[in-house]
Amino acid sequence: MEPLKYHKGLVYPLNRTNVDTDQIIPKQFLKRIERKGFGQFLFYHWRFHDDGSIREDFSLNDPKYQSASILVGGENFGCGSSREHAPWAIEDYGFRVVIAPSFADIFYNNCFKNGILPIELPNEVVNRMMEKSSSLPYHLEVDLEKQIVSDGESEVSFDIQSYHKEMLLNGWDEIAVTLTYEEEIDQFEKNYEKGVKTLGIS
Amino acid sequence: MSQPQTIVDKIWNKHVIHKEEEKPDLLYIDLHLVHEVTSPQAFEGLRMKQRNVRRPDRTFATMDHNVPTKDRHVIKDLVSKKQMETLKRNCEEFGVRLADIDHPDQGIVHVIGPDLGLTQPGKTIVCGDSHTSTHGAFGALAFGIGTSEVEHVLATQSLWQARPKTLQVHIDGKLGAGVTAKDLILAVIGRYGVRFGTGHVIEYTGEAVRNLSMEERMTVCNMSIEAGARAGLISPDETTVEYLRGKRYVPEGEDFETLAQEWLDLASDEGAVYDQTLHMHADEIEPQVTWGTNPSQCVPVGAKVPDPEAMGADEDVDGVERAIEYMGLQANQSIESIEIEHVFIGSCTNSRLSDLRKAAEIVQGGRVHENVTAIVVPGSKSVKEAAEAEGLDTIFLTAGFEWRDAGCSMCLAMNDDIVPPGERCASTSNRNFEGRQGNGARTHLVSPEMAAAAALEGKFVDVRKYASAVGGG
Ligand code: SF4
Repeated sequence: MEPLKYHKGLVYPLNRTNVDTDQIIPKQFLKRIERKGFGQFLFYHWRFHDDGSIREDFSLNDPKYQSASILVGGENFGCGSSREHAPWAIEDYGFRVVIAPSFADIFYNNCFKNGILPIELPNEVVNRMMEKSSSLPYHLEVDLEKQIVSDGESEVSFDIQSYHKEMLLNGWDEIAVTLTYEEEIDQFEKNYEKGVKTLGIS
Repeated sequence: MSQPQTIVDKIWNKHVIHKEEEKPDLLYIDLHLVHEVTSPQAFEGLRMKQRNVRRPDRTFATMDHNVPTKDRHVIKDLVSKKQMETLKRNCEEFGVRLADIDHPDQGIVHVIGPDLGLTQPGKTIVCGDSHTSTHGAFGALAFGIGTSEVEHVLATQSLWQARPKTLQVHIDGKLGAGVTAKDLILAVIGRYGVRFGTGHVIEYTGEAVRNLSMEERMTVCNMSIEAGARAGLISPDETTVEYLRGKRYVPEGEDFETLAQEWLDLASDEGAVYDQTLHMHADEIEPQVTWGTNPSQCVPVGAKVPDPEAMGADEDVDGVERAIEYMGLQANQSIESIEIEHVFIGSCTNSRLSDLRKAAEIVQGGRVHENVTAIVVPGSKSVKEAAEAEGLDTIFLTAGFEWRDAGCSMCLAMNDDIVPPGERCASTSNRNFEGRQGNGARTHLVSPEMAAAAALEGKFVDVRKYASAVGGG
């Protein structure tokens, strides 16, 4: 995974609450067995008509957001299914940071495994960002080390678990990290699997 | 005496492999369920790094999301076909037990786990699917994970997890006649919204919950994720023990008795403290119908579609307007005036034998309305066989329903079972998101009984007018 320490980019505001993973990536695109190439299907039914032509009225199709890499969304962003295709699509489209007042748990977790930084900020801060970015080009600087988001005029700090932070800063392969605990897992299993055997799958 | 503990504390403490300040705990995973949609990239990841599946004996796979429910072997969509073949190849290569499309154990992953007795109290259970919360009905800690975590569990049989907060949803009293477990959970989400559970594991308690059968408990826990919760569970009791007795993967004889005692001991202690508690009374719950595009947008069947103009400024007026427009409804329209073209009885929420029985009781002797296409999709092959053994298929077929093979089907419309754009479906599934049952499709979530009644009448009706729904005739 690509490490992420600092990111500066153009903001795209998506002013909707409860954006669910079925909207982020509709199910017909979940059949692929690859991890890449989902960006073209991001928000598919919002971006395209049924015949595949572009919906001019959907903001992400506005040329002014073409190079956006920071998505600002509403409450409960990423609710719904556990499909990691959602962060894959967001990342593949070109977003590295998602800011919202709140996230759904599984989506939030999935972001970190894919080099995306999800940032929770208070409602009024998010609303101000929405407003500013809806008319003129609006850029934000995100410093993960210092846990600060800045638009050049004002700064706001954000919370993040240190484990998640380390993971992104270092671009860790989480499995490799866990495998350094392999002996502990072995030991755990030895103690744990005494007594009645409860699972018979073999 | 030691501090009273919740069931979540007890399960958690038994599964911590490694603990450190400032870090999530490394949690041991007892059972990993796998399906075709969220696993291919995980197996591919293992292959690329030359890693193995650590515990194939704690891993069980099936095919459910993509499988055709009609003409079982005609998979028109080549990409679906490839996904299923990929699962088969991966399971062979990594030694994972697979109930594939031809296997007698095939079915929706959250239906077969409990049915085979793989799902047991006190276990940590994960699956690359958000409705893994279903298994919490047994007093297991069961939650959905993403594909990277699927790979992580395959490789290490563990996950880094922060200890969740706990939330008690306590429901006193008895559910009225004709009011189901589905109505109970819809009413809870209707009142508290789609994110009250975020960051929490919900434990459902109280008389109304205790009185539910195991299959009803699964319906309730299944939809915990629609409240944003990490998981939902119910402390084990005699109902749990009796349901599991004799299941295939559950030990027998003395071993079973030993285990059963351990299970009962897992129940939350008297006086255990939750981070939050919500109360409701069963009397307040009526048969529910969703009118909008998330499960909290629901009302009792006798009520009306809300009016955005009558809403407070602090409410999500935009969201409500958008939902009403997408759903093709009018503000203040009565729910009973909504006509439907499709009925879907199925999904991991409501496709078990008791669900089909209850729907069949309503359907018996009736006829599907001429404007309606109605399908019944049993949750697993074994549910299908059991239903056929008692003649439920005949009741449905005689009334004009289609009787299909097991799978997720129209719950998410990844196979050919799709609601066309602009058409309306009464569905026993769990999500009414935009496009969930097909692009432009309009979904109304209801109980199996309500769906069955809607099929007969071509519109929503209060199922309590059917004697068979309220315990009569
Ligand atoms: S039935 Fe629906 S909700 Fe359940 S696992 Fe299948 S797709 Fe998911």
